[in-house]
Amino acid sequence: MTKPILELKDVKTVVNKGTANETMILKGINLKINQGDFITIVGTNGAGKSTLFNVIAGNLLIDAGQILHNGEDISKTGEEKRTTFLARVFQDPKLGTAPRMSVAENMLLATKRGEKRGLKFRKLKSNMARFTQLAASMNNGLENRMETATGSLSGGQRQALSFLMATLKRPDILLLDEHTAALDPHTSLSLLKATNERITQDHLTALMITHQLEDAIKYGNRLIVLKDGQIKADFTGEEKASLTVNDLYTFFED
Amino acid sequence: MNLMVSAIGQGLLWALLGLGLFLTFRILNFCDMTVEGTFPLGAATAVTAISNGVHPLLATLLAVIAGMIAGLITGLLYTKGKIPSLLAGILTMTAIYSVNLRIMGKSNISLLGKKTLFNGHFLTQLPQYFDGVVMGLIFIIIITLLIVAFLATDYGQAFIATGDNPTMAKSLGIHTDKMVIVGLMVSNGIVGLCGALIAQNNGYADINMGIGTIVIALASIIIGEVAFGELTLNQRLVAVTLGSIIYRIILLIVLQLGFSANDLNLLSSVVLAICMMIPQLEKHLKIKQPIVKGVRQHD
Repeated sequence: MTKPILELKDVKTVVNKGTANETMILKGINLKINQGDFITIVGTNGAGKSTLFNVIAGNLLIDAGQILHNGEDISKTGEEKRTTFLARVFQDPKLGTAPRMSVAENMLLATKRGEKRGLKFRKLKSNMARFTQLAASMNNGLENRMETATGSLSGGQRQALSFLMATLKRPDILLLDEHTAALDPHTSLSLLKATNERITQDHLTALMITHQLEDAIKYGNRLIVLKDGQIKADFTGEEKASLTVNDLYTFFED
Repeated sequence: MNLMVSAIGQGLLWALLGLGLFLTFRILNFCDMTVEGTFPLGAATAVTAISNGVHPLLATLLAVIAGMIAGLITGLLYTKGKIPSLLAGILTMTAIYSVNLRIMGKSNISLLGKKTLFNGHFLTQLPQYFDGVVMGLIFIIIITLLIVAFLATDYGQAFIATGDNPTMAKSLGIHTDKMVIVGLMVSNGIVGLCGALIAQNNGYADINMGIGTIVIALASIIIGEVAFGELTLNQRLVAVTLGSIIYRIILLIVLQLGFSANDLNLLSSVVLAICMMIPQLEKHLKIKQPIVKGVRQHD
């Protein structure tokens, strides 16, 4: 049995500590993520999906439990340090790119994710051909706008760019936080397809939050249902393949 | 003619202030009030050092270091102390006032008869006021080139990204707090340098010489943006210097109209307010689109 790439052991988080509003969000999450897993995550609002991502990414520190990366305890490792092995795409297209920098400049920033950035000149020109080729792989005209400030791109192009940036430097774990939710159905579908292609071709390990139950069933090799801060179900392989939307709906009823 | 040369010289020297503030105000998106304290701090440090026999170049360097320390303090208050940016700057600025009095020992020190950067052999042979132009050009060119080079490095790009989108910057492993602190230190170092040069050019340091400096710095930046419209990042740095010169010329004209030097702070604010309102007025008056677009850079 190989070691999981990331393991959460009885992870708990509490908000508003010490006040009357003290609430436990994650109530003991146990999760083993194996190399090559493409896990879709569903759950109601407030189930703790985003908190789970924040905990894994390190912008929220856990109150109890342990997070292990390749067996090494990273529970107290800061957000910036975790980016050496972790990349993330946000739901809001505005969050993933620097609006006043060009597409190419954004991509250049992403090539150094988690690395020390020194006083050496950036090598934008020598990377241009590679960046343009990558941008073309998104099939949405991004390659023609390499010099454009990302602030003037469409939401779909921005999210496609965010996704590209997250995978430019191969991450051990890729977090996709409803990354197509803000897009129109057509754009959303094409980004999802591109996402799926990249993840399966490159054998990336990824977690994807989605509210589209069909998508959750269709994509990935594993499906997790979060409810009330706990993992209610964890389907893999055959079990996941035979799931229906109605099966999942039962988890959303009280 | 003499007045014009003087205005250009002043514009060049004061442009350093605008460049310093540009790093924080435009690139980091941080409105740094510290400069109101850092500017006289640079002046006080340099003038006091020169009065005590320190070589002017070394005294100027000390002013830069003093400025950087002030920036560091604001940076720490903001990042570690979680004090809002505007307030952090005001706290440091206010504290520096006392520090300046301590450094100078009194509220005004003259450099009369002392050797400064402005009375080197070559500079004194120039026609009147040309010393300011020459020194201004030398320092503006050096500082502008250094900033251009810095922003084109991997570190500089991370610096720009921090101001542009901190969430994204963090998700790419950029230590945004460190970037803000470094930015404030560099910015205030340049402002300290500006204070040191202005004091040496004027021949004195005064405890109150910082009042209104942030408005002057903003005026350089905004006049440059309004006058030249959409530019690349490197061009925008040059526009700050040109904006600073234009600002001095505007002041010159206004003073010729009969206002006194005591009205300067009022005039500075009015000039800046008008420039900042131009994008609004433009809608009604159909002036050329001068809207400020971000820090985009083309290779």
